Amino acid sequence: MKKILYLIILFSFISFSANASDESNENLKDCWKGFNKATFALNQALDGILFEPIARGYRHLPAGIRYGTSNMVSNISNLVTIPNNLLQGDFKSAVNNSMRLIVNTTLGIVGIFDVASSLGLEQLDREDYGQTLASWGMESGCYIVLPILGPSTARDAVGHTINFLGGDPWYNITSKNDTRYFKDSDYFISKMTDGVDFRAKNIEAFDSVEKNSVDFYASVKSLYLQDRERKISNSGVITDAMDDSDWEDIEIK
Amino acid sequence: MKIKGLVIFIFLFTFNFNYSVCAVEPSKFISKITGKASSILASSDTKENKILKLKKIAADSVDIKGIGLYTLGKHRKLISESQKSTYNNLFREYFLKSFSNRLVDYSDPKIEVKSEEKLSEKYTIVRSILVATDKRPEVKLDWRVYTKDPNNPLIRDLVIEGLSLARTQKEEFNSIIISNNNGIDALFENLIEFNK
Repeated sequence: MKKILYLIILFSFISFSANASDESNENLKDCWKGFNKATFALNQALDGILFEPIARGYRHLPAGIRYGTSNMVSNISNLVTIPNNLLQGDFKSAVNNSMRLIVNTTLGIVGIFDVASSLGLEQLDREDYGQTLASWGMESGCYIVLPILGPSTARDAVGHTINFLGGDPWYNITSKNDTRYFKDSDYFISKMTDGVDFRAKNIEAFDSVEKNSVDFYASVKSLYLQDRERKISNSGVITDAMDDSDWEDIEIK
Repeated sequence: MKIKGLVIFIFLFTFNFNYSVCAVEPSKFISKITGKASSILASSDTKENKILKLKKIAADSVDIKGIGLYTLGKHRKLISESQKSTYNNLFREYFLKSFSNRLVDYSDPKIEVKSEEKLSEKYTIVRSILVATDKRPEVKLDWRVYTKDPNNPLIRDLVIEGLSLARTQKEEFNSIIISNNNGIDALFENLIEFNK
């Protein structure tokens, strides 16, 4: 009952968010800019003193260890991706990802080796509950910067919450239920490792965006929203990012 | 009559021949530019010289003025001619600095052009990849090439893993303008500060 109440509150929050926009542009629903900017500054500070140094240190590990770690956290992420493939009606991807999970967990020794790819099972994009809600037609609501987790939207924040309400089997077996085989810390260590792995792969890209932005906050927001659009549409046609009509009256040179 | 037909045939043949010889294929155009940039970055030149050379490549191959106007979005229709002229100058300087800064830290980037897709008479997308290294994974790079003049193609956008640089810049500039009561002067101040 508590869970249902929690979800109702969250969904009301989304409806409220969608109407509370202070921007005329539909793409710029930054309802709580002051709060977001403060959280953004906090995250930047945490990144500077904690995440980036750890990511740089992680990069000094032998390549084999890094690839193995990356494969392992990617394998675990299938536990959330597969139910979302099903909820989105993408059964083909669900079968592919299930096969990958089974093969890599067994033959690939708890996911350290990506045996599935060498057997022709393609590694697909991750799916989450935020993407599923979007595919069901839910609006994104306001843009929000979450402490530590970074840029999000009201809809994606609901998606995160669903993980903790039983939607993430990995959370259920490590933290929520006492299965005797796992500890709470296994869940949080795997999530932190996933974050560090991502940060380590993108050190130059992050630095470049920060160094070459006239408004870093707005750049990160734009990049996050574009990335979500692409993931939600599951589009390989990445040039959809820009509408030709915007260029229509620019005919120079 | 036959002679007239022959003259027309020769004329058409020559015209088509010249056209096919002169038109630059967008994928070859991108290969040439990225090849040039790679050799500059791999050279033992000083950082300052590399920046100068990269700026020259951008100035010759990118439609900086077009991107600048696109980046202004709806605001380009609301500013005066004199403001537009100030903006064009500031944007050019900003773009060249930002372009060369983004690249100069890469020691030897290897870009492989994979394919091209003609969207319309005016646009072709060239698909390429930045080859993976030990430190970072492979990165997909798509170039939006403006081909209205087939003999002089120009880059109008770079889409990295689905993220458009032009769109990001547009939303960034829009945020600055909107945060300052739709005033363009705040954007000018930011650009002047960046260009220092």
